[in-house]
Amino acid sequence: MSANRVRVVVTGLGATTPVGGDVTSTWTALLAGQSGVATLNADWIDTVPVKFAGTAKVDPAEVLPRPEARRLDRSEQFALVAAREAWQDAGAPDVAPERLGVVVSSGIGGITTTLSAYDTYRERGWNRLSPFTVPMLMPNGPAAWIGLDLKAQAGVHATVSACASGAEAIGHAVDMIRAGRADVVVAGGTEAAIHGLNIAAFAAARTMSQRNDDPARASRPWDRDRDGFVLGEGAGIVVLESEEYAKARGARIYAYAAGVGYSADAHHITQPEPEGRGIIMAMTQALTDAGITGRDVRHVNAHATSTPAGDVGEAQAIAKAIGTHPLVTSTKSMTGHLLGGAGGIESVFTIKALQERIVPATINIENLDDGVDVDLVHGENRALPQGDIAAVNNSFGFGGHNVAVVFKGA
Amino acid sequence: MAATEQEILAGLGKIINEITGIPASEVTPEKSFVDDLDIDSLSMVEIAVAAQDEFGVEIPDDQLKNLKTVKDVLTFIQG
Repeated sequence: MSANRVRVVVTGLGATTPVGGDVTSTWTALLAGQSGVATLNADWIDTVPVKFAGTAKVDPAEVLPRPEARRLDRSEQFALVAAREAWQDAGAPDVAPERLGVVVSSGIGGITTTLSAYDTYRERGWNRLSPFTVPMLMPNGPAAWIGLDLKAQAGVHATVSACASGAEAIGHAVDMIRAGRADVVVAGGTEAAIHGLNIAAFAAARTMSQRNDDPARASRPWDRDRDGFVLGEGAGIVVLESEEYAKARGARIYAYAAGVGYSADAHHITQPEPEGRGIIMAMTQALTDAGITGRDVRHVNAHATSTPAGDVGEAQAIAKAIGTHPLVTSTKSMTGHLLGGAGGIESVFTIKALQERIVPATINIENLDDGVDVDLVHGENRALPQGDIAAVNNSFGFGGHNVAVVFKGA
Repeated sequence: MAATEQEILAGLGKIINEITGIPASEVTPEKSFVDDLDIDSLSMVEIAVAAQDEFGVEIPDDQLKNLKTVKDVLTFIQG
């Protein structure tokens, strides 16, 4: 790390999740160990083997004005709700449009729009489609609508990498500020994929929990009896700024977005590489990028999705790349897995943990799996030490995409 | 029985409110979509699609661009 490089700070947070409609309610629910996962009531439910998910606690269509909501895919609604919260939280910086950027992505795009529009097209004809069908289904739609809302002109990007999309967006936003292309960037991830087709497809890949008789306890990272991930929905957005710009305007600084590491497994399209080489590489590069060592890292918000293959491998990779000392948790035990939204909300949670110096416990661990030798937070929340500490958010995606983001306490 | 002009106006007001947020009470026959109600061309397409569903009248694109005022739409729907 060069000594004179631009430093990037976090000044605003926004989230809408299965456990709360904003950051405060979501964080309170996580510290209380509340699950947002419940049985679904959908007309397609009898056609799929998984009958539950983490539906957003607050329907974004109820928050947004009706004329606006009807032109937006649900993934865009979530993104806009969370981005507006983050923007207000940052004090709505009076930044020049040409110095303001957006990097926001989902993993799947406007899939529910695609499916319902296809039904309309087949059953009623092309001229019954909304003229907004294309902007609703395009995967850059969430970023584009936020860009329009904030009049951002420095570049509006969508970094699609399945379940790593949200973290990768934050990484690219950091890069954008360091490169001098923007002073302020709104970044994060969103997803709205609770639909029969997606559940059927993930179930076909044998990746989802089928604990239909006990949904709230289905997402159980590192538990011996975990049987797959639980689908969630929502968005998490952060406002990033150059330290210089933020300090000049007197902004409240939550944390430093200190480093980012990217890698690709080059192993299998869906299976994690068994030795964890790719995810170790991402974490190691993130530490190097932040100019810190593993000893500085006191907390990891893990990707751990409650799949048999992934969780233990990640814990072992954390032990190798960082050490066995950080307090590791998986908030997916409560929110479910937001796919492209995961890196967004989990970065928000990592930053909240640094700010309040507390790590929410992973719920639903009844029998800890063998082979987990990191300091896993379960049973009760644990305190983080005061002082100059760092935390890591991991996100990995189908395709072998790995992203680790390092945040440092302010 | 065909809908009366009052019924069509009420239905159109509801559609326009749903799509644009403009109060239905402001949707009166003399209003121009562009100049008075600030409705853009894509919103007009949305309104036309909804009006076709509501009143069962097809509005071809080459006709749609000639419908400048609320009154024009009322007249078109009444055939």
